[in-house]
Formats: sequence, structure tokens, C-alpha cells
Amino acid sequence: MVRSDVQLMLDVKAGDEVSFELLLRKYRGPLVNFLARMVRDRGTAEELAQEVFLRVYRARKAYAPSAKFTTWMFRIASNLALNALRDGRYRQLEISMDQPVEIGDDQAPSWEVADRRPGVEQQLMARDRAAIIQRAIAQLPDKQRAAVLLHKYQELDYDEIARILECSEAALKSLLFRAYETLRVQLAPLVGQQKS
Amino acid sequence: MNCEKLETKWIAYFDGKASAAERRDVEAHLAACGACAQRAAEYRALWGVLDELPPIAPSASFDAAVRARVAAEVPARSPWRWIVPSPRLAFAVSCLLVLSVWFASRPTQVEPSPSAATTATMLPAQASSEADFRMINDLPELENYDVLTNFDALSDLPATPAAQPASHM
Repeated sequence: MVRSDVQLMLDVKAGDEVSFELLLRKYRGPLVNFLARMVRDRGTAEELAQEVFLRVYRARKAYAPSAKFTTWMFRIASNLALNALRDGRYRQLEISMDQPVEIGDDQAPSWEVADRRPGVEQQLMARDRAAIIQRAIAQLPDKQRAAVLLHKYQELDYDEIARILECSEAALKSLLFRAYETLRVQLAPLVGQQKS
Repeated sequence: MNCEKLETKWIAYFDGKASAAERRDVEAHLAACGACAQRAAEYRALWGVLDELPPIAPSASFDAAVRARVAAEVPARSPWRWIVPSPRLAFAVSCLLVLSVWFASRPTQVEPSPSAATTATMLPAQASSEADFRMINDLPELENYDVLTNFDALSDLPATPAAQPASHM
């Protein structure tokens, strides 16, 4: 029987270290992805993601399932990311249009493996397109970027995102609309190609 | 519904989370407004473009780093942990030790004990006081008439001056 995240966390609270390991395996990817897009640096993202897991572990004794586990976890993550960006503790990387997407050498993403067969040229094109998308997202204001990442890439519900970003659902929808409008304009060349 | 009002329903509509009534309203507006219909087509395309962004996988050492940080949170519970003093306790014990050494090393003034006073080193004045004290103790004895009349030493004394005639005065 598959245990829910809340049940896993309650088991961690009861002293079950294996449940913490299961949460780590389930959410390390989503967290690193979200934080890497937020702070625009992979090393910093990993450091912050480790901090999120550490805070989850530290808070295990006081954990009460008042909200979804993902809401709680991403709220910690977005607060850490927004504070880090506000404090300027981490250098925000400027991503050049010519620079390939920042992906670790030791971790070949699945899309890259899939694109190898069509050829090097298409692979390079895909990298260039990814770099353009990444830059457009990186240029969004911090809160809009967090909203898009949680909505589009983590597929969280509006109420969850609103609680994470500490705003009303109406304010969140307005935030998302402005963010997607900016992206639509910024990515017009790619959007035009996609349409045709 | 005008274009501005449509914006509040835009996201839910593209997420497929709009209510049936909202969906009908949006679709009615899109059918009537060419600009919004154009924008809607671009939104659908944008959704596909954003999907092209590849995921970033955590490094191979990520889990180990988390485990190490969590392990550092849980200090090993040694059976001898009680023997390791806390800094406050160590400070208190040190202070006590320093005070003890200081008291022990202070110069002290030796006062003679009562037994020492009776030894050969006794001063003459002290000896005299001792004799006076003994005499006072023995006073009831000395005032006892029977004892005095039978006291051998008194028989050796010359006759009392009270026995002589008063004319000699």
C-alpha cells in the first residue's frame, strides 16, 4: 500500500528514518528543479534544496498535517529562494543567448537522450530553444517566476500556490496572467514556430 | 464579457479548471473577438514551448549530502556522555578548586590549646592563676572546722597572737 506524503511525514515524526528517505527520493528532483530556476544557479539550488530537507527533518517533531505536504515543503523552498535572492547572497547568473542550458555533465536529461537520434543539428537547436526559454523565465520578477514554476512545472493547485506565496487566489491568477503575458511576448519567435 | 474581464478567467480556462459557465463565456467571447482568439492560440503554443525546458536532475552526491547534514543533526549518544562536563559545570568546578587552594595556602595564627597551657612551657603568671583557681575550689574544705583542727601542719605553728595579754599593746 502506497503511503501518502502526510502519512510518510507522520511516520518520520514517529522516528521512521526510511520514510524520510522515501520523501527525499520523491522530492529531490522537483525541489532542485524549482530552486535552480529560481536562483539561476545549480550549486546554490542544491545547497538550498538540502536546507529544505534539513528543515523538514528538524520540524518533524512539531509536524501537524494542517496542509498538503507539498504546500509546506515548497513554502520553505520558496521562502529560502526569495530570501536568498533578496539578500543577494548568491550570485545570479546572467544567461547568454549563446550559452547552452546549464545542465550538469554527470546528469544527462532524458530529452537530450531522446534527441540524440535525430542528429547533432537538431540537438543544438533544442539546446538553443531551451536557453531562450530559460532566459525568459529567469527575467521574470521573483514572485512571478515562483508562481510560473509552481504552476507550470510543479503543477500545484491555485490554493496551494497561493498559500506558498502568501497571497489570495485572485491575486495569484492575476500574477500568473501577467507572467504568462510577458512570456508570450518574450518567446514570440518560438511561439510563432510552435503555431505553424 | 469584454477583453479585460476575460483576463481574470484566462488561466483557469487554459488549465481546464474553469467552471462550465465560465468556459461557455470565454468561448463565446473568443468566437466574437479576433484579437483574443489570436492571443488564445498563442497561449496554447506557449504551453507547448514551455514544455521544451529540460528538467535539471540533482547531482549524484545530493542524497549523500542531505544524509550527512541530517546525521549531523543527530549526535551519537555515547554511554559515557554524562561524564563530559558542560562548560558551566567545568567553570564552577575550576572556581571551587581555585578558592580551595587559596584558602589552604593562607598564613594562619596558631592559638595555644588548653592542654598545651599545662605543659612545661606554661608561663609563671598562668601557673599562679591555676593555683588560685584550685584554692577557690578547695575553699569549702578549708573552712571546715574539723578538718582544720585535725590538720597536722597547723599544730606546728606558734601560739596565736590573740592569746597574749592586751597590756602589751
